[in-house]
Amino acid sequence: MKGKRITRDTVEHIAWLAHIELSDEEKNLLTEQFNKILDYFEVIDEVDTENVPPTYHVLDLVNIFRDDMPENPMSREEALRNASEKEDGFFKAPRIV
Amino acid sequence: MSRLFEYSAGEVIERVRSRELSVEEYIESIIERIRDKDELINAYITVTAEEALETARKIDERIRDGKDAGRLVGVALAVKDNICTKGIKTTCASRMLENFYPPYDASVIERVKEEGAVIIGKTNMDEFAMGSSTETSYFGVTRNPWDLARVPGGSSGGSAAALVMNEATLALGSDTGGSIRCPASYCSIVGLKPTYGLVSRYGLIAYANSLEQIGPMARTVYDCALLLTVISGFDPKDSTSANLPCKDYTTYLRDDVEDIRVSVPKEFLGEGVDDKVKDCMWRAIEKLEELGASYREVSIPSLKYALPSYYIIAMSEASSNLARYDGIRYGFKTSESEGDWSKVYSRNRRLGFGLEVRRRIMLGTYALSAGYYNRYYIKALKIRALIRREFEETFKESDVMMGPTMPVPPFKIGERINDPLSLYMCDLLTVPANLTGYPAISVPCGFIGDLPVGLQIIGKPFDEGTILRVAYTFERNTDFHKRRPCIF
Repeated sequence: MKGKRITRDTVEHIAWLAHIELSDEEKNLLTEQFNKILDYFEVIDEVDTENVPPTYHVLDLVNIFRDDMPENPMSREEALRNASEKEDGFFKAPRIV
Repeated sequence: MSRLFEYSAGEVIERVRSRELSVEEYIESIIERIRDKDELINAYITVTAEEALETARKIDERIRDGKDAGRLVGVALAVKDNICTKGIKTTCASRMLENFYPPYDASVIERVKEEGAVIIGKTNMDEFAMGSSTETSYFGVTRNPWDLARVPGGSSGGSAAALVMNEATLALGSDTGGSIRCPASYCSIVGLKPTYGLVSRYGLIAYANSLEQIGPMARTVYDCALLLTVISGFDPKDSTSANLPCKDYTTYLRDDVEDIRVSVPKEFLGEGVDDKVKDCMWRAIEKLEELGASYREVSIPSLKYALPSYYIIAMSEASSNLARYDGIRYGFKTSESEGDWSKVYSRNRRLGFGLEVRRRIMLGTYALSAGYYNRYYIKALKIRALIRREFEETFKESDVMMGPTMPVPPFKIGERINDPLSLYMCDLLTVPANLTGYPAISVPCGFIGDLPVGLQIIGKPFDEGTILRVAYTFERNTDFHKRRPCIF
């Protein structure tokens, strides 16, 4: 099934899902590169994994619980230090609706 | 001033404790060295000269007062710029975090500070640790001290280059798919990726959390073991941290490999692996055999699928982890702020992230999207399970697994950067340790002309002691680690 699995439209769709703006030139470049990379990934199709459970994590982890004890919180000033726009002690975000 | 910057960490600690060496003078000598040499290689993004000298003076005072100043007393430590340092800019080599000042220290930073290490600066890397060449940094490429036209490896390229140039005595890196071992191999130093869960990831800026570990980098195996001893151990702030008793890894270092059974997977020597690199590796294995180790060739068939599986998992995790960069609470924010949230968010990410980061986020998004989730992501996780099973089988009859760290010697700057797939191929031999969570170290094992080659030694989970011991024995019986680049 080699060849064009990804079209420019697919790239635009993925960019929209990932919230990343792209230039026209980047769209063309990525269309070509994504096809090449996905062609290479295709080799995994030949592995029989019918009865293999997926490994999400290499350690046998169980949920870890702890008491919900408050610690010293970060000051408001510190929390806001890295924000490029703030107002009255809040983060300022673009309009949502 | 004498060449104090040449001391190993072990030497610094001994001399500071016996009051033969002033930490301030030694740190001054390192800072001088950075001023003198770093413009050639660009290993640092930030140098914290003032803070380092102040810390050095405080340590000297403690020593004068007869107080114990810790297991890394006075040692100049370079920190990869994706590890959070309170009040010191932590950029991930990205425009996105160009002005990010973490409000807290990563757990490993708390530990090294408690033990008296002196943070000398933050090192260059591939943007968000996504790369094997340190070429994608927003702050410019780092050059390989062995040949300035070549890459130092990546993504912890700055840490490795700083070490080989004596611009630091110890360094921290992070390894998601080889990012400690690759630059260790390309710069001829020692770098170790710990077993998943041994070292806390709290404060490591995430790229692919089920794969990555912070690890030690050094010029000698002893120094590497020492730094691992300090940074390893349970941390309640990292929910994937293993709750195991602490070990002193320096106690494992003895010049003896007589009982060691080595396995060499033939898949590590297949297509795409340079013949001269293979020769270096075989000579290393012959050396170990001479010293008493035994070896056998094995086959781990599913290794053939390790690289694509790794990239699918890493990109999928990256697409989720990097969704947090919206430019609102921290990070790059465009000045063209008209438009709704979605528009501004997308623009911040276009301008804040370099192309490779965007490429990986997007491919990860694709692999996780409806209709492709099972075909790519779940399939890759299943292959991961198969590789792990085969590793477990192989390790029933061997103590360590060996191969080259990198399939090819350091390549030229610009040679691969426009062909992402050819760069991904460089991670062929390093990703299996990340997929399985097994520990692995790279040690200098030869040169092709002036270009270094690294030997990779993979061990059983939480058996860092054995790979360090084998690496130590190899180092004691060879001279590769003593060679220095000619620009030195």
